[in-house]
Amino acid sequence: MDLFIQLVGLSDGLFLISEPLRNLGKYTFADVVSYRLKQRPIRAAAAAGSLIVVITYLVAQMVGAGTLIRLMFGLPFEIAIIITGGLMICYVLFWGIVATTWVQIIKACLLLGGATLLVVLTMLQFGFSYGELFKKVEYLYSQKFLEPGGLVTNPLDAFSLGLALMFGTAGLPHILMRFFTVPDVKAARKSVFYATGFIGYFYILTVTIGFGSAVLVGQDIIKGIDAGGNMAAPLLAEVIGGNIFLGFLSAVAFATIFAVVAGLTLAWASAFSHDLYVGVVRKGEASEIDEVRVAKVATIGLGITAILLGILFKEQNVAFLVGLAFAIAASANFPALIMSLMWKKFTTAGAVSSIITGLTVAIVLLILSPTVWVDIVHKEQKLAVEKKIKGIEEGLKAKIYELEKQKTPDLKQEQITAITMVIDSEKRNSEKLKKEAKAEMPQPIFPLRNPGIFSMAAAFFIGIFVSLISPDKEAEKKYSTEKLREYTGIGAED
Amino acid sequence: MEKKKLSKAEILEDEDFKTLVKKKNLVSMFFTFLELILYFGFVGLIAYNKPFLSQKISEDSAITIGIPIAVLTILFSWLLTAIYIFWANSYYDNDVKKVKDKIGGR
Repeated sequence: MDLFIQLVGLSDGLFLISEPLRNLGKYTFADVVSYRLKQRPIRAAAAAGSLIVVITYLVAQMVGAGTLIRLMFGLPFEIAIIITGGLMICYVLFWGIVATTWVQIIKACLLLGGATLLVVLTMLQFGFSYGELFKKVEYLYSQKFLEPGGLVTNPLDAFSLGLALMFGTAGLPHILMRFFTVPDVKAARKSVFYATGFIGYFYILTVTIGFGSAVLVGQDIIKGIDAGGNMAAPLLAEVIGGNIFLGFLSAVAFATIFAVVAGLTLAWASAFSHDLYVGVVRKGEASEIDEVRVAKVATIGLGITAILLGILFKEQNVAFLVGLAFAIAASANFPALIMSLMWKKFTTAGAVSSIITGLTVAIVLLILSPTVWVDIVHKEQKLAVEKKIKGIEEGLKAKIYELEKQKTPDLKQEQITAITMVIDSEKRNSEKLKKEAKAEMPQPIFPLRNPGIFSMAAAFFIGIFVSLISPDKEAEKKYSTEKLREYTGIGAED
Repeated sequence: MEKKKLSKAEILEDEDFKTLVKKKNLVSMFFTFLELILYFGFVGLIAYNKPFLSQKISEDSAITIGIPIAVLTILFSWLLTAIYIFWANSYYDNDVKKVKDKIGGR
């Protein structure tokens, strides 16, 4: 599902912001937002947004890499994290953006090649017929398994998640950065075309791998190794192609995480040196040598921070961090970006307050949501309640079993009825107990798991409101020059 | 004969530039809108009309109607990017070039 939405997010990014971004920006999206506004406050706010998005996303990736290495090579988690962080630092430090672009390309080829091979070998077992595969799935599990969107429980939550992933993709600093690293607008468009094509193809492959592994490996084994089901593809590879194929796919998975980590590090380094150091501390007056030096220091700092945070979050379910990164990108970065491009009356105060609002609302609402408030903050209490309910259910089962055993054929009709009545009252009694236990379940303060819809709305509203009460004639006047450059790229070559 | 070159201030009032901006906005909005309808239509079906997606495509098949719909949604959104890029590369860039020539810069 995530991939599917990112596909839509990328295409929307193409339609709405690819040309303006390419024409107005050089290194970071703050270049674009601050084009006609006051540099320092915007760069400070935008950098804060980018840095927080990068660090949340990075910690999730680090923990993922650590778990993968631990499972594959049997190394301790801490050492796995230190290796990943160390490689990341060396890599970005010595080879920089050109190398990361190459990692992306090699990763994409390996990933698509590996997944295609896995799918071909899987489908070989089903005579290359999806009908056969699905029949097998239906036979082994149930029809429910084949119905889409089993995870989506609340429609509002689904829309909110969709919005965050969609506009978050168009607001993630390491994705936006890709628009600046291509030689011209045509190349930017072309790469979006390839990316959406690959993502779409890959999405179809992963669905096949998911069903194939459910049949050939089995749900119980997959969930037994990793509750999130993340190890489905490697396990399928092992069943189909033995250890060699398993090793190959693990290497591909590691390369994928590594490519994302390297991209994130670059986004961090440029936000830190270009926006915070040059834009805010040095007020735009710094040599490129200085800028590069600060970027290198920032890279080392990030590597160490990521290692420490990765170890801190060991054994935690970090999936929510990815959601948080997308929610912040969609609420802090995207509204400010789109308003600065499209709305003449947007002001510095409006941009800064919009970014800060999006950032804080997204973080606060996520902390108050079931994901963090119930599953993490009140984890003990939640597990205790769940255990209690399970205990009640099992107790009931045992009692019913005992009572049913008493129903021997030589009993009179009345006696059997009496036993049935006892069973019924036991059932009612346990229902009541379960209800009482459920009442003790910790309740989230904010009901949705995905705050995106509210934090985005808040960022837009505050941005518009503050801009209207603090008009900025200077910025309005400059909008026409920005517009010329935004649409035609005149002046972008300087 | 060489036409008179326009200044940056003049080009902002130029008809060609104005139509360029209008056309670009219209096309961008149109494609974004289509993509949003496509995507939220699909999410809406999952959220509100699951029974429809759970229908079998034929009596003796296990494939539900949701699967081809999902695949088609992906293909269609890819097609949209392709059409947009075709438009941008052949028409939009051409118009941009016209405006650039008028201003006398590169």
